[in-house]
Amino acid sequence: MTDNIERIKHLTLEGMWKNNPALVQLLGLCPLLAVTSTFINGLGLGLATLIVLLGSNITVSLVRNWVPNEIRIPVFVVIIAAYVTVVELLMNAFTYNLYLTLGIFIPLIVTNCAIIGRAEAFASKEPVYLAALDATTMGAGFTLVLVVLGGLREILGAGTLFFGAERLFGESAEKWTIHIFSSETPFLLAILPPGAFIGMGLIIAFKNHIDNLALKSTSAQTGEIQRARVTSET
Amino acid sequence: MIKSSILRNGGLLTVFAVITTAIVAATHLLTKNKIADQIQQQRIAILNTVVPPDMYDGDFLASCRKVNAKVLGGENLLYIAYDMGRPNAYAIETTAKNGYSGDIDLIMGVKIDSDSDATVLGVRVLKHKETPGLGDKIELSVSNWILAFNNKSYNENTRSTWKVKKDGGQFDQFTGATITPRAVVYSLADTLQWLIDNQSSLLQISSACKDENDR
Repeated sequence: MTDNIERIKHLTLEGMWKNNPALVQLLGLCPLLAVTSTFINGLGLGLATLIVLLGSNITVSLVRNWVPNEIRIPVFVVIIAAYVTVVELLMNAFTYNLYLTLGIFIPLIVTNCAIIGRAEAFASKEPVYLAALDATTMGAGFTLVLVVLGGLREILGAGTLFFGAERLFGESAEKWTIHIFSSETPFLLAILPPGAFIGMGLIIAFKNHIDNLALKSTSAQTGEIQRARVTSET
Repeated sequence: MIKSSILRNGGLLTVFAVITTAIVAATHLLTKNKIADQIQQQRIAILNTVVPPDMYDGDFLASCRKVNAKVLGGENLLYIAYDMGRPNAYAIETTAKNGYSGDIDLIMGVKIDSDSDATVLGVRVLKHKETPGLGDKIELSVSNWILAFNNKSYNENTRSTWKVKKDGGQFDQFTGATITPRAVVYSLADTLQWLIDNQSSLLQISSACKDENDR
């Protein structure tokens, strides 16, 4: 029992922080950088990715004992592609306005290496409940980065937050938009693609800075020299 | 040995392909009507922003037909609003070719008052790639600028006022972005002139745009 709790803790920490798909593994950058012009766009793509990841991880884990090693990659690809298509159709039917904004980036989830990476590295070896947990924490970690980057760019570039919430949450959410400031000459760099790269770089630097601080304090306590791990644990 | 492995793995792969395709096909069937419905509603909603619903009776969407002219930026769609069987207003899509970064797709509601006069009912931007924060003020969600066209009248004599203020016309430009509003204003003026010139032949166009509505 304690063993399980330990694993859950470990997986959560891995997905959200230590092995975050966007910040550490640097996977799925294409949709990540392209759609994060607003908080809501980031949230929409993050949730779509999470749903696909959850579905594919569970399915891959379910069939892991039947799929021979030689054909596992094509099988994973087929499963992921099917989930992405289903999510795309559902978004088209039920969140049409968000689909119009994110439309061309949804199919790109197929090529998001974070998803096949988790299928290959985790779900194909672990039982269903752990695979589902791994998908949830990894998906949440990815979503977290998307909304932080989207929120930052939106505040800096447009002076608003939660603009377009009605696309995700329905008409009643139209009033959610917070106007922080309004300017005749907005900070264009934040909205344009270079702003995405710079913002992403700053977020990664901030995470590494915190990690370094934490590392320093633990090594000061134990008096040992710890080696920083550069490669991620998969 | 190889043969049996090919058969086994190939078979397994086929099973996966069949199952996943079945799931996708089922989802498609379940969402097909809903998606078509959404697209239809979206079109009606856009049309109603440029032509008020009380100006027509009957099926506005079904009146759609294809028009093609250089001043419209190529092939575009025209909707005719009939009231008691008489054409009352038009909604026309037009493409401004000289935006700052590519085409600007517009839709305009127009009431033709006489042989030479027309009144704009409303204009909306359908699609554009203008710079965020500068040229995108043509979008209603960003700025009210596009509403300046509401109830503006047009004829050949007042055409000279269909310019941005910087060029001596009546419409505001944006700070830092003159090219975008200029492209929109000129494109609308051209389209109005085209409608007036062609008003007698518009009703005879028979190329209905069935596929456009079904897509």
